[in-house]
Amino acid sequence: MEGGTEMKVMTIVQAITDAIDIKLAEDPMIVTFGEDVGVEGGVFRATEGLQKKYGEQRVFDSPLAESAIVGSAVGMAMNGLRPIVEMQFCGFVYPAMNQIISHAARIHNRSRGRYKTPMVIRFPYGGGINALEHHSESMEAMYGHIPGLKVVIPSTPYDAKGLLISAIESDDTIIFMEPKRIYRAIKQEVPEEKYSIPIGKAKILNEGTDVTVIAYGAMIREAQKAVVMAKKDGISVELIDLRTIYPLDKQTIVESVKKTGRMVVVHEGPNTFGVGAELTAIVNEEAFLSQEAPVVRVTGFDTIVPLPRGEHHYIITPEKIYYGIQKSMKF
Amino acid sequence: MFKEYSPLDDKLFQVMDNNGKIINPAWMPEISEERLQKAFKDMLFARQADLMAVSYQRQGRMFTYPPNYGQEAISGGLAQVMRDQDWLVPAFRELGAWLAKGATLKEVFLYFMGYEDGTVFKNAKNITPISVPIASQLIHAAGIGYAINYKKEDSVVYAITGDGGTSIGDFHEALNFATVWNAPVVFIVQNNQFAISVPFKKQTRSINIAVKGIAYGMSCIKVDGNDLFAMTRALREAEAHAREGKGPVLIEALTYRRGAHTTSDDPTKYRTKEEEEQWSITDPLDRLRKYMVAQKLWDASQEETLLAEYKKEIDRQFEEAENYPAYPLDDVFKYMYADITDDLKEQKVEHEKFLKWKEGLK
Ligand SMILES: Cc1ncc(C[n+]2csc(CCOP(=O)(O)OP(=O)(O)O)c2C)c(N)n1
Ligand SMILES: [Mg+2]
Repeated sequence: MEGGTEMKVMTIVQAITDAIDIKLAEDPMIVTFGEDVGVEGGVFRATEGLQKKYGEQRVFDSPLAESAIVGSAVGMAMNGLRPIVEMQFCGFVYPAMNQIISHAARIHNRSRGRYKTPMVIRFPYGGGINALEHHSESMEAMYGHIPGLKVVIPSTPYDAKGLLISAIESDDTIIFMEPKRIYRAIKQEVPEEKYSIPIGKAKILNEGTDVTVIAYGAMIREAQKAVVMAKKDGISVELIDLRTIYPLDKQTIVESVKKTGRMVVVHEGPNTFGVGAELTAIVNEEAFLSQEAPVVRVTGFDTIVPLPRGEHHYIITPEKIYYGIQKSMKF
Repeated sequence: MFKEYSPLDDKLFQVMDNNGKIINPAWMPEISEERLQKAFKDMLFARQADLMAVSYQRQGRMFTYPPNYGQEAISGGLAQVMRDQDWLVPAFRELGAWLAKGATLKEVFLYFMGYEDGTVFKNAKNITPISVPIASQLIHAAGIGYAINYKKEDSVVYAITGDGGTSIGDFHEALNFATVWNAPVVFIVQNNQFAISVPFKKQTRSINIAVKGIAYGMSCIKVDGNDLFAMTRALREAEAHAREGKGPVLIEALTYRRGAHTTSDDPTKYRTKEEEEQWSITDPLDRLRKYMVAQKLWDASQEETLLAEYKKEIDRQFEEAENYPAYPLDDVFKYMYADITDDLKEQKVEHEKFLKWKEGLK
């Protein structure tokens, strides 16, 4: 932009609203809906003010039914619209799984490309907010495992806006998972204009030489604290924010591990069959001879996220990440 | 009754008006004076506990809580019919019904303080845990009903959801299964006019919710859910129907959520004070009190003393919950499976190693 870019301080939620706002203004085929999305502007206020601005035809409340929200979005997409739907929490997407797995992820293949599904299914995920059951889970690995979906997770306001704009502009079905624990915890200067961040590209947040730490979403902040702890002990960490769970940015991951020889993966979701398992397979396949230590996974347990009084047992702390880093270094 | 009050004509089954006057004596349920006094007291207690729960939450002593304020007569009616051997399959907004089934207030507080232990309700017979995924539990009710028939038990299932819940496929699948299987299930929809911010008229174009049962071939009725007598009578009829092997019943209980959706919700975003005031004249406790006072079954001047007693008791149970032991690490793992996996055992041991290491950091 000529004359420089105007910047505005935003939280992640505000950046999400801003991205949807910009796209609604630009493309009349975009609609957004879900439970409490219209009048209330979403239970986390991610669509606040948008119904007033764009009207009830484009920003609206649906009846309470996740399956119908996703399924009708598939139909809208097949008939030319570009829906953005909100699921209220990660734990309430399950009623929609049939529509997601059997249709949203497959219509393109089934129709041999005749129909596209340019839709975004966005929802908050992750723990640390003292919530009731079903409000704290992180199921990104499950979506990553479903052929036909792309899965995106931002970790900052800047990324949230740029990645969501890419997601909305994509002709594929995008699962857009929002780290609700840091919805309002991080404020950052974000360009007011439209920009996009490519899906499928990771970002090196901190260059280092001793060990590669890979994280995403709300875990980035925790990992950054662990990086500081490690630095004090003379360990140089390369921190990578995945940004996209599928497709994984293999190149960035492999190059980093080839350089450092060690990898620590951090995620809130369960350990078994998690994103860490996939990353381990990738470095085994492509950087086998460079590894100086086995991969360390710092992840959630293979359990239900406990209710608030037990959640501290489950939650990934900077100390736990640092413990993982040391484990890798001491091998 | 189900013929007389056909939901196709959008008839509302009422016994008492907003002034506590009996307007439908033919359908007045028989309740002894003593029982009625107990019912009123239980509703009063539930309301007081509910109001205090909200204030404990505001003080930061409890996490998110869904208020029941204004919906007490539905649980109050259930308390009149539920026997030990009957099943209660709740959602998350039925405080009075949980207590009537034998749950303790302390347990309820524990749950909303963040302990799974609080939804075990270990002294209550045949109650399922609090269910948060909307309407999903209704299908369990159909299955429990099937098992009742199979085992030839004398038992009825009372399954609860909200108006929003009737939009989910699970609601319809549950009604269909229960009817096809002739299962003894009474489905109760607490139509409190809102699903968070979404008003009932945006949830469905049906004239009412009860009518949805007709297509499944079941008996159904729309009841004034703020009228304890109407609720009690309708539930008794439904109970008899189910026990006689005539299949499930759908009861729409018309009510109003006078409080917020939960303590994290702000109703001023989506409804007006005028609307709230309009509904306040239908308040279930006020109506019942008017009836009882007129019948000389209740001396309103005794209420203050009683409430003071209740407050003490509620505080006592709350403090007991606050003094509950810390949540052990083992509790994260040990209930995951009947037969725990080696993986989980290892994860716990690994975590304990980390905790030891962390101690060393200090
Ligand atoms: C499957 C599912 N989707 C979304 C939610 C989030 N949520 C919690 S309560 C609620 C509204 C429920 O409305 P209603 O059924 O009328 O019950 P009420 O809360 O009014 O008692 C929603 C959408 C949920 N718990 N489960
Ligand atoms: Mg409701």
